[in-house]
Amino acid sequence: MDIAPITLLPLALLGYVVGSLAGLVFLRHEKLANFCSFGCATVAALCGTVACVMSLTADSTAASLQLQLLPTLIPYVQFTVRLDPLAAFFGLIVSLLAFALSLYSLGYARGFYGRKNVGGLGAFFNLMLLATTLVVMADNAFFFLMAWEIMALSAYCLVSFEHEKPETRSAGVLYFVMSHIGTGCIMLGFLLLFQASGGYGFAGFHALSENADWLSSGSRNAAFLLFLTGFGIKAGIVPLHTWLPAAHPVAPSNVSAFMSGVLIKTGIYGLTRVFFYFLGAPPMWWGVTVLTIGTVSAVLGVLYALMQHDLKRLLAYHSIENIGIILMGFGASLMFLHTNHTLLATLALIAGLYHTINHAAFKGLLFLGAGAVLHATHTRDMEHMGGLAKRMPQTAFFFLIGAVAISALPPLNGFVSEWLTYQSLLQGFGTTDSLLRLMFPIGGALLALTSALAAACFVKAFGITFLAQPRSEQAAQAHEAPLTMLLGQGVLVAACVFLGLFPTVFLRILDPLTQQLTGHQISQQLTLANGLVLSGVNQTGGTVSTLGIAVLGICLLFIPFALWLVLGQKTKTRIGPTWDCGLKGLTPRMEYTATGFSKPIRMIFKALFRPRREVQREYDFSPYFTTSLRFEAHVEEVFETRIYRPLQRLVLRLSRRMRALQAGSLQAYLIYIFITLLLLLLFAL
Amino acid sequence: MKPDLMAIGLQTVLLLLLSPLVSGCIKNWKARLQNRRGPRIVQPYFDLIKFLRKDMVISEHASWVFSAAPYVVFITALLVGLMVPMVTTQAPLSLFGGVLAVVGLLALGRFFMALGGLDPASAFGGMGSSREMTIAAIAEPALMLAIFTVAITVGSTDFSHIVAASQSSGWGMLNPTHLMAFAALFIVLLAETGRVPIDNPATHLELTMIHEAMLLEYSGRYLALMEWGASIKQLVLMAILVNIFLPVGLAANGSVAALGLGLAVFLVKILLLSAAVVLVETVNAKLRLFRVPDLLSAAFVLAAMALLSTFLFH
Repeated sequence: MDIAPITLLPLALLGYVVGSLAGLVFLRHEKLANFCSFGCATVAALCGTVACVMSLTADSTAASLQLQLLPTLIPYVQFTVRLDPLAAFFGLIVSLLAFALSLYSLGYARGFYGRKNVGGLGAFFNLMLLATTLVVMADNAFFFLMAWEIMALSAYCLVSFEHEKPETRSAGVLYFVMSHIGTGCIMLGFLLLFQASGGYGFAGFHALSENADWLSSGSRNAAFLLFLTGFGIKAGIVPLHTWLPAAHPVAPSNVSAFMSGVLIKTGIYGLTRVFFYFLGAPPMWWGVTVLTIGTVSAVLGVLYALMQHDLKRLLAYHSIENIGIILMGFGASLMFLHTNHTLLATLALIAGLYHTINHAAFKGLLFLGAGAVLHATHTRDMEHMGGLAKRMPQTAFFFLIGAVAISALPPLNGFVSEWLTYQSLLQGFGTTDSLLRLMFPIGGALLALTSALAAACFVKAFGITFLAQPRSEQAAQAHEAPLTMLLGQGVLVAACVFLGLFPTVFLRILDPLTQQLTGHQISQQLTLANGLVLSGVNQTGGTVSTLGIAVLGICLLFIPFALWLVLGQKTKTRIGPTWDCGLKGLTPRMEYTATGFSKPIRMIFKALFRPRREVQREYDFSPYFTTSLRFEAHVEEVFETRIYRPLQRLVLRLSRRMRALQAGSLQAYLIYIFITLLLLLLFAL
Repeated sequence: MKPDLMAIGLQTVLLLLLSPLVSGCIKNWKARLQNRRGPRIVQPYFDLIKFLRKDMVISEHASWVFSAAPYVVFITALLVGLMVPMVTTQAPLSLFGGVLAVVGLLALGRFFMALGGLDPASAFGGMGSSREMTIAAIAEPALMLAIFTVAITVGSTDFSHIVAASQSSGWGMLNPTHLMAFAALFIVLLAETGRVPIDNPATHLELTMIHEAMLLEYSGRYLALMEWGASIKQLVLMAILVNIFLPVGLAANGSVAALGLGLAVFLVKILLLSAAVVLVETVNAKLRLFRVPDLLSAAFVLAAMALLSTFLFH
């Protein structure tokens, strides 16, 4: 059989369907259900990955693949997918993560045996993968919205998987509500586009961008805001982010990894599709808005992440930060498009897209690591962990790779995409004469703040979780994760290393994508010295070579080795106790805690956090000899207390008023319907 | 277009040999200003050799991360040193990375040093790590904004281009933009190298120490690598400062005469800057930890003003 995207893609979609059904069929045989549903998902995701890579590396002049899945039964509703470069790129992200996660799930789901319904988990997981794949590949608005809803609903079911915990239920409801507000905005946005183009096909919407007069600037701006809100909720931008840190941690870890790594990227996909493909030349304020939102999200996301001591919640806040970094690239790109610097716009867009796939890889990896820790210690609270590097060495190593990558440290992938972002911000200074250009260096400085704080946060996350002495009995008893879980993490480690060390190879597959969106292919321009070196759009702007840094770093190791050879060969190494100032040995209670670690930052940014603490001590004869002590510390989440709570109260009050309408009498309802109909008819006349 | 192995080798040797000397000078001069005799200028060399010959004691709680950290710290310091022009206008490794890679690699070294501090389960180490990461986080925006200001006027993040542009502007270097950026970077230098108003390299008193607290459990070979890495980093940051803002005497070609002159001028510049650091250390008392952000935000404001002033002077 000839292997081509046209055969592999339906195979992938079919695989998810089969996996989903297998989960339902073997509802009572958990081992079989686990094996069949996650096995199918693994194979299907692998097919999807290959299909997307092939379609991105294929001759760019070839027409993009289009496929009708089901016959058209209802007008406007066409079940067609199109694998254009943008769809293929996001399809690659979805499939790659799906592959790693399904592999991991084979081991992870065993933890639910006898407790939970593994078949259901498998079925919904496959359904979510299927819907997400269709979201990025759908070719018309109707099909897109259907897939979007299925994706949201299956994710809701998975978030509520452990519904016996009240925390999980309320997080699920919050997610459900926010997600639907977002969907509403997106629907309205598509209706605006439909009005102008007269159809729901994406090709028709794209034609709008070339015929500027079809869409008035008022409705273009309205569409911009609606899509920004709708997709922004899904992506988790500040201030629409509150559902994200609530919902991501409570889901099973394979699902959290997918939600943080991929699901929020569908929001980014939507924004890319709309801003760069449908809406045409952007006014200046779009770019300014997106860049501002991105910067604010990045800084606030990481600041709140630092305050968490729940490992998965910490990671969820970091997703907000990274979405912010992606949007900084997009915002800058929109600003450059406005000033007609299309090359720079391409560079900034590439920075954003590169960070999108990077974030998928390392955030997926970190969530899988957190899942393995949770699996071993049965807690998400970092204050009860510690010493796991000795007990789970592979997981610790993988988590460390992820931590270095997400902190944007060379030579891994986070550094590469942030380097591209810095480059575009730096070059952007010359694109305009207005004061707005100050946004670029200030944005750069705040990006530096963000990545430095992220490094602090991951020193804390890794150090408190994996290093030093175990702080609880469960942590002391922890064991390494099973092989499939390690394999799943290994796939993502390989992705992080590849994307970090070989950026110039990867950039080549972005060429068809940038050709589609901005009309430029710049991978050649960004590549120097046979692909060893990455450069800015012009070579004098700066160059970097992560591979070179890594190789030379390894070569330089010969210096410490030579020193040892000459001076230190006779030295011995002893294992001894840590210096304890003359006490009788150190106990885990004397170690630094996660809360203690972030205290200086909490104090410095106290205007934002408004930290509150309560200490109660009891003593018998002298305050220096406390018999018992109770300590409580809180950090205020400004958006929740200042915006969402009042809003929630308002909605509840309004709905109590509305309840008068709902009297329970059928006749009254019929009259309401009649009156509404009458009014609508009058309005239509 | 490939890195010159000869240049890489020479600059590595320069970094390894010169950095303890700078540390020694600062210690000795500081002691003299305080009416003490102080250690000899060459004492750091003897210290390093002594550490390398000593047995190591490693904490029973420590994992492999503890052992990896000294190597990462040492290697990243060397790599950074190779990306910064010292004696010549062209840094040997400028193709492999400029300003952004330097900042990133320094952060990588710090990341591992902080992990090494946390690993032995001592409260001192945790305290040092926590403070180090906090101070680095607030110093980084000031550092980046100051470097961005210089880089923007040149349009490049490549040190060699920045230095070349500074050279060609001659006395024009003495404009307010550059002076303010220099002041901002000088404050960042004090923070990054753990100097007095921010950290005290001379004490082991728990309330004041940051950098030393993280090294408390290191001994022998690992301690030597950590100390050496720290002094290389100090030399590199000083080189950035003097060569961007005072780019005189840099060798334009590889002739022995030019290199010799370049080396001599570089030494003079570095020692002058060291003298400035000694002066600052002597006349200032260490700040309380929660006053440090004020100083660093002053650096940020200086950098921001430098940026704004580019509108007035270009």
